[in-house]
Amino acid sequence: MEEYKYIGKSVVKVDGKEKVSGAALYTDDLEFGPNMLYAEIVEGPHAHAMILSIDTSEAEQVPDVIAVVTGKDFPYNFGLYMQDRYIFAQDRVRFFGEQIAAVVARTPQAAMKAAKLVKVKYSTLPKVLSPLDAIKEGADLIHPNLKNYQHVPWFFPKPDTNVAHHRKIRKGDVDKGFADADYILEDTYEVPRFSHCAIEFHAAVAKYDLSGRLTVWASSQSPHTQRNLFAAAFAPLGIKHNDVRVIAPHVGGGFGSKAGVTMEIIAAAIAIKVPGHPVKVLWNREREFYNTYQRLGVVTKLKIGVKNDGRITALKHDLYWDAGAYVEYGANVVNAVGLSAIGPYRVENASIDSFCIYTNLPPGGPYRGFGYSEFLFGLESHMTRIAKHLGIDDVEIRRRNAIKEGELTAYGAHMNPNGLLQAIDAVAKEIKWNEKLKSNDPNIAIGKGFSLFWKAPAMPPNASSSCFLKFNEDASINLLVSGMDLGQGFLTVMAQIAAEVLQVPTSKIRTENPDTDRNPYEWQTVASHITWGCGNAVRKAAIDARDQIFDLIVRTKYLPKDMLYMDDEKVKCKTDPKFEIKLKDFIINGIQMEDGTFKGGPIIGRGVFMPEFTSTNANPETSQGGHPNVHYTVGAAAVIIEVDKQTGKIKVKRIVEAIDAGKALNPSLVKGQIIGGVLQGLSTAIYEEMKFDHRGKMLNPNFTDYKIPTALDVPDEIVPIIIEVPQPDGPFGARGVGEHPMIPVAPMIANAIDDALGIRLNSMPLTAEKICLTMLERAKKEKK
Amino acid sequence: MGKITFKLNGETRSILVEPNEVLLEVLRDKIGVKSPKCGCDSGDCGACTVIINGKTVRSCLILAIEVNGQDILTLEGISKHGLSPLQKALHERNVFQCGYCAPGMILSATELMLNIPHPTEHDIKEAIAGNLCRCTGYTPVIEAIIEVTKKV
Repeated sequence: MEEYKYIGKSVVKVDGKEKVSGAALYTDDLEFGPNMLYAEIVEGPHAHAMILSIDTSEAEQVPDVIAVVTGKDFPYNFGLYMQDRYIFAQDRVRFFGEQIAAVVARTPQAAMKAAKLVKVKYSTLPKVLSPLDAIKEGADLIHPNLKNYQHVPWFFPKPDTNVAHHRKIRKGDVDKGFADADYILEDTYEVPRFSHCAIEFHAAVAKYDLSGRLTVWASSQSPHTQRNLFAAAFAPLGIKHNDVRVIAPHVGGGFGSKAGVTMEIIAAAIAIKVPGHPVKVLWNREREFYNTYQRLGVVTKLKIGVKNDGRITALKHDLYWDAGAYVEYGANVVNAVGLSAIGPYRVENASIDSFCIYTNLPPGGPYRGFGYSEFLFGLESHMTRIAKHLGIDDVEIRRRNAIKEGELTAYGAHMNPNGLLQAIDAVAKEIKWNEKLKSNDPNIAIGKGFSLFWKAPAMPPNASSSCFLKFNEDASINLLVSGMDLGQGFLTVMAQIAAEVLQVPTSKIRTENPDTDRNPYEWQTVASHITWGCGNAVRKAAIDARDQIFDLIVRTKYLPKDMLYMDDEKVKCKTDPKFEIKLKDFIINGIQMEDGTFKGGPIIGRGVFMPEFTSTNANPETSQGGHPNVHYTVGAAAVIIEVDKQTGKIKVKRIVEAIDAGKALNPSLVKGQIIGGVLQGLSTAIYEEMKFDHRGKMLNPNFTDYKIPTALDVPDEIVPIIIEVPQPDGPFGARGVGEHPMIPVAPMIANAIDDALGIRLNSMPLTAEKICLTMLERAKKEKK
Repeated sequence: MGKITFKLNGETRSILVEPNEVLLEVLRDKIGVKSPKCGCDSGDCGACTVIINGKTVRSCLILAIEVNGQDILTLEGISKHGLSPLQKALHERNVFQCGYCAPGMILSATELMLNIPHPTEHDIKEAIAGNLCRCTGYTPVIEAIIEVTKKV
């Protein structure tokens, strides 16, 4: 095995000191001077209504108010995958709390006061709050204009319905598969909406200066996508891409919520109306819950047929997604799941129908896991139930069906190299799966649960990353990367990749979050693709720089290129042990020849990566024929819980999770993703729940009523295990691990509850209340 | 407007404040001390934690006029002397991810260590239970505090 100096080492984070010292600045920490204006949003108080009139006259009279803007000022559609969204509501509101207008004032207080004086008249429309209602015959249309929206070619909206996209898989012969089955299990699962709960609010400051240059500072996972969407939306005003600059300071948590474009476009739009002033738009905790992306809710109907030995003969998975009022991003969650809802299994006969359904609830969008947590809740519950019915061990049924390298995915492409079996075995061993546990306390039941997981990055086939690598006089490096560090440690890992290729220590590599004027193009920091995609770009940039260095040595020192190597910030030669030259002696100013001339010049590396092997071209009726996903990251997890039989309260004793990172470029960061992700998964499994009333208004948009775990709620022990089956096209074999750790948690808890108490919960969250009520119900039935 | 005088990170400060201004706003917007963050504005998340006279306080829940004559410590006040052993341990162990909760979390742990030099794991969990973090899963924070308090 190749020995690395920087790769595979738990290098300290390059932005770590900033974060522990308090020096790290986030968007709302930046100073913009006394010329700054503040915007306050006017929100609609109906889930579905026509806007009859907006009277801003009284608001405009409030001292210090500069302008009041409404949808009329910005008649533009925008959206990442489907342009169904508006900066401010146009003729109708589609969810409770949607932005209607904004007041811009010299102080936040004046803006807030004036916002309350904007008078809007509505005529309410029938609202649709559940996806199953929204697809009923004659359901009211939320987007009557659906057929006219632009969208990516791999979406299939159904005009004059509430179905914005339908992804179908048809593989093999499902009817025959079920006919061949010895046992068929069919059931319905429900997963509600969840909120990302990044601790930092969404924040954006935009300035349209008097020369027509638009600069936006935003807490964002996607600065380049924001630039692209701003430029596209404001093109009618003559704004070009190079007029727009997006600067991304530190981000206080993303988890998908700060991907794409949401409230940032409001700041950009308002700024254009008040040239010369920076304009700040700052969300608050309530709006973080009801007016950013939420995780989509889903109702899944799952049918799996198996032989007596547990082998799957057929799978039919129908998923009805509550995608909310706008699906410009969320529709791709639906698409991704439609392609992958067989789970990490070998399924020869599969039928999947994944429906993206408009409802009058807040827009659904990307959330760590991108739909995989949602469908695997049902699928992994099903696998355990089938195993139980057949009398096969949980681990064994999964081993028998686990997808292997080269076997076909649901859409007919070959599965990438993966360590799924190694992960299953490592978890089973570490959790002592075969050891039966029994509580000494008659009131406590102990249960064990197992779950597999997989996830592929969901992205367009031409999603690119890039990198510029600039050497400085002292051979230190400015590494201009395209992706964002959201806390996952991306910048550190990029520095490690460049360090390894160039043998320059990470301490001499400065790499910061992007500014679209300075840093080269990136699609987005989402999908767990950035270590893989941007890592490849960085590696190419470093190799490009190294090539330039070697070429210069060949040209000036007449040594053979293939004998040159980098070591300790020097170039050395295998065939000439006496030769060495320090990078800092030539990296900017070149090498002087005998005649006094210089050769060379500043070394600047360039690297670009596009996954050129992917394609979304496929038969829309079957999804066969394309290669939409670059690869899957897989893993396994298990849990031991104690349940209080009287209160239903769960205590998590131990979680073991193994993930195949391909190559863990920085093991401490991979483990950080596992430990943090497991708790986020546990939180959705047993603590969190968004509640909406009959009007579609969210009832608990705050941390008092929407609980996320505290330090007192952590499992007694979480054991992270890293498996390394290299990804051939990944940088040093790496693939992404950021989203995956939370995915298996909900199903394995459901399976552990079943193991402990013999009850099966088909709807998340798996609260103590639900456990208690189910136990009571069972006791009643038993009495009868 | 009323004038208040207080100590901030060892320096005496006098400033005019409105009676309804909260301490968090005054620290961030009038004085320019940015490590206390706003994450909920209702005392739930702990991102705005500061230490007043040795005790942690949610600076979003206290009016600025109330700190007249008091001694306030923010993370800037600790870091200006170089990283503390706790900060060093948190840094070396790659504990924080997005880092937004870090200032509040570190101040809560600092208060704990002042009062209980050798805390139990439960003491540690209780001390930081008012600081919400969505990234780390808390365990790495707890382990770093254990490491530092064992050394002391």
